[in-house]
This record gives sequence, C-alpha cells and structure tokens, in this order.
Amino acid sequence: MPKITFVEADGTEIVVEARSGISLMENAIANNVDGIEAECGGSCMCATCHCYLADDQAGLSVMQDDEDEMLGFVASERKPGSRLSCQITVTDDMDGMQVHLPAEQN
Amino acid sequence: MPGPVLIVGGGQAGVQLCMALRREKYQGAISLYCEEPEYPYHRPPLSKSYVTGATDDDKLPMRPESFYEKNAIDVYLNAPVTSVDIHRSEASVGGTAVGYSSLVLATGARPRRLDWQNDAPAGVFSLRDLSDARQIRAGLQNCKSLVVIGAGFIGLELAAAACAAGVQVTVFEMADRVMGRAVAPTISTFFEATHRAAGVDIRLGASVSGLEHSDGQVSGVQCADGTTLAADMVVVGIGVTPNVELAEQAGISCDNGILVDEHCRTEASSVFACGDCAAHRNRFAGGRSVRLESIQNATDQARTIAASIAGEPKPYTAVPWFWSDQGSHKLQMAGLAFDADSYIERGDREGGRFSIFHYRGDKLLAVDSVNESRDHMVARKLIEAAISPGQDQAGDPGFDLKSLI
Repeated sequence: MPKITFVEADGTEIVVEARSGISLMENAIANNVDGIEAECGGSCMCATCHCYLADDQAGLSVMQDDEDEMLGFVASERKPGSRLSCQITVTDDMDGMQVHLPAEQN
Repeated sequence: MPGPVLIVGGGQAGVQLCMALRREKYQGAISLYCEEPEYPYHRPPLSKSYVTGATDDDKLPMRPESFYEKNAIDVYLNAPVTSVDIHRSEASVGGTAVGYSSLVLATGARPRRLDWQNDAPAGVFSLRDLSDARQIRAGLQNCKSLVVIGAGFIGLELAAAACAAGVQVTVFEMADRVMGRAVAPTISTFFEATHRAAGVDIRLGASVSGLEHSDGQVSGVQCADGTTLAADMVVVGIGVTPNVELAEQAGISCDNGILVDEHCRTEASSVFACGDCAAHRNRFAGGRSVRLESIQNATDQARTIAASIAGEPKPYTAVPWFWSDQGSHKLQMAGLAFDADSYIERGDREGGRFSIFHYRGDKLLAVDSVNESRDHMVARKLIEAAISPGQDQAGDPGFDLKSLI
C-alpha cells in the first residue's frame, strides 16, 4: 500500500494509503480528495482529473496521445509535470509520491 | 438557514448536484432519493467494459459512501418518490410527506421497448441500469450468438464489447446507416466498416418482428424479411423515453421532457429539472427545445441548478459534447448539427483519425471526431466562443485550429 500525498490548491494535504493496480484518480475519489472531479469516470474524455507530478516520479506510465491532447485543454495551467490522474495506474513504486492539484478543474 | 433541497434521482445529474451545492457552500440539508438499491454509480462502462468483465463492480461507484456522510448528504436507496405537491412544497416517499424548499427532478429516462418485449422469454434485455448490465454480463458468459436491435451508441458499444469477447454478434438497424440520428454519414460509414471488420454482422434496413424460444429461453429472432436467425441473447437498444410522470402528476408542463428555462427551472418556481429528463431551449440548437442524453448535459445542468439554489444564478450555456467508445475507437462530438447544411472532412480517414466539421453557411455548428481528441477539444472551444474557421482552414490538417482561439 503506497502512501500518496494529495496537496490541494489551498495547501491542504491529504495523505492516503493508496491501492496499487487502480488509477490515481480512483484513489483520490475513494479518499474524498475534493480537487479531483473526474466527471467522465476515467474515460479520458473530460480533463477534470488534472494533477501535477514531479518530472522524475518513479513508476509512471508513458503518456499516450489522447492524454497529451486532452491536457492541452485543462482549466488550470498545463505544466511540465501535468498528467490526467485517470490515466495513471498506481504502483508500489509510488510510495511517498506528492500529487499537487490545480485550483480549477473545469 | 437555507432550506432543504430534495433531489429525485441518483444518476449523474443528481450526484453532480450534491457535489456542486456543497462546492457552492450551500449550508442547507440535501436529500438524494434513489430508486435503485445501489449507491450512485457510473453508467458509461455498463455498455462497454463492464458487460465483458473487464471493469468490476468496485470501479462503478461515482463516490464512496463516505463522501455523502462527509458532505452531509442524506442518501435514500430503494426510495422512489411517488408524488409531488407543488402547492405544499412536499414530496411523497413511501407514503411519507417530505417537505422541501427546492425540488430537483433528475429522474432520467428509461429504455424504449418493443411491443413483443412485454411477454418475452428469458434472455431478452434492455440496457439502462446496473441490474440490466449484471444480467447481460452473466448471460454473455455462456452466449454464443447475440442479437442487438438498434445501431445507436449503446447497441454498437455493446456489440463491439461482446464481439471482442468472442460472441457472434448481429446488429439489426431499421435505418440505412448506423448512428443515423447522431453523426455525419461519413462517420456512420467508417464505424459500419470497422464493426464489420471486427466480425460484427450489421444488417441495415432490417428489423426483428418477433422471437423464437424454447423452454422459456430465447432461441432466435424472426426477421421482418421472413427469415430467422439463431440467438441465445437479444438486447434492445432503440433509444429512451424521459421519465416525466412525476412532473406531469405535479401539474408541471412537459413536452418530450420536463420543460425548463435557461436556469433549468420548471414552470413551478421551486422545482428544477436536469439531465436526460429535462427539455430546454439550447442556444447551440438554434434555440429549439432539446433533450440531451449525455454526461456533459447532466453535469452542467446540475451546476446551473446549484448556482440558482445557492443564490447566484447563471444561465445554462455550455457547449454540448458527447462520446462513445466502440471497440478501440473513440468517437467524440461537440456542438449540435441539427441545422447544418454542409460539412468538411479533416484528417486521415484511411488511418482512422479524422473529424467532420458541420457548418451552416460559414458558421461552425458541430464537429464529430474519430480518434482525434485534439480536434474535439479545439471544437469545444471554438463553438463556445462562436469562432468559425474558414472551411479551407478546417479541411487543412496543416492549419493549427488552436491558433484561432
């Protein structure tokens, strides 16, 4: 069970015992992290589960074209570490990961 | 203290309204009445990954049960609201009167049924809720041949999923093309070819007139051309009917949906409606009254209602968008093409990545995209801002449409 810290835009930290094998978005929702909306439920259609990760974060899957294209239209600024959390499968390697959330998702 | 909000219906719109009200810092009581025995869940996977077992039940809840507790939302399951008295501002649940200051009808829609479905043998389904999906999922495990009636989004999504799982699938569609009401003919042609290449038997201009059965179990369908086809499961996906009965009983006007204004308010000032059940005048449909069956519409209408209830009303002006995952292909639609008089193709149809831009005169109305999320997202922005690329620009994949925003 990797420990993951979600940091809301106002600085609030939520530390969760994450489940490996499901998405980062699903972990956020399961732990009532407000800064993730995920309107479409994880279909890579709505770009409302945007998050910022460290560039050198271990265990990340390679970004597919779809996600890259959707990230071009997120409500808050796209930065180098921007990802859609529904496209990231949590692994044990992610223990200690910090996930920063944007102020706006839509 | 703001008054209690009573929400009828635990689908996408109802849950989104709960979230939006609390996000707007609404302090009043919120009650969510759900007809089903389940906490609210995501419906989109039900016609795709769920039926083949690729998505499990634990992935379906929209929010964990703790979400409702944390946000002081009272959820009632197995709790249909049976009548509403708009003069007394009361709803009846299981014979008990419940008062409200705002009532939101998020009652959804139900599948349209064929006449012969009423006394159908086992193995014949519609697909709307989790209970339907569970039965279809169980049935598919031992299903050799599936007949799908209706080549709309649900029918084709299900056909693709079942076919990929090794089931022989035949789709009957009365019209001369698939998804005829929703997309341009070019898109229909592409998906027809795609599904056929995957092994789905698509029969256009064809319908089913009755069923064959043995021992109470469906064994085949009678086709309108007089032939029969063996089938051990039949799924009917021919569209939906809005659930307007509660509104009608309350004396609220309905016309293919519960009629609402730009704030999603019905003619009764304390009663709102949103999602599949609501008919509204949409500025992207030339102001005509439409009923949109989509996650986007449910979500954005719920936000509109939350803003009104929280005291900061803003009209519903969101650009309509839709999606459908069929096999490995992603179809995304932005805008409404009702009034289009021409269209332009962009991209690489042979390579399976392209979009159709629908115009009326010089005005861009809608874009259907196949495996082209970028075009889709640009289209949402363009249509929202009423920016119309020239048709030469739209048709030129080398032209960066985003530069117009």
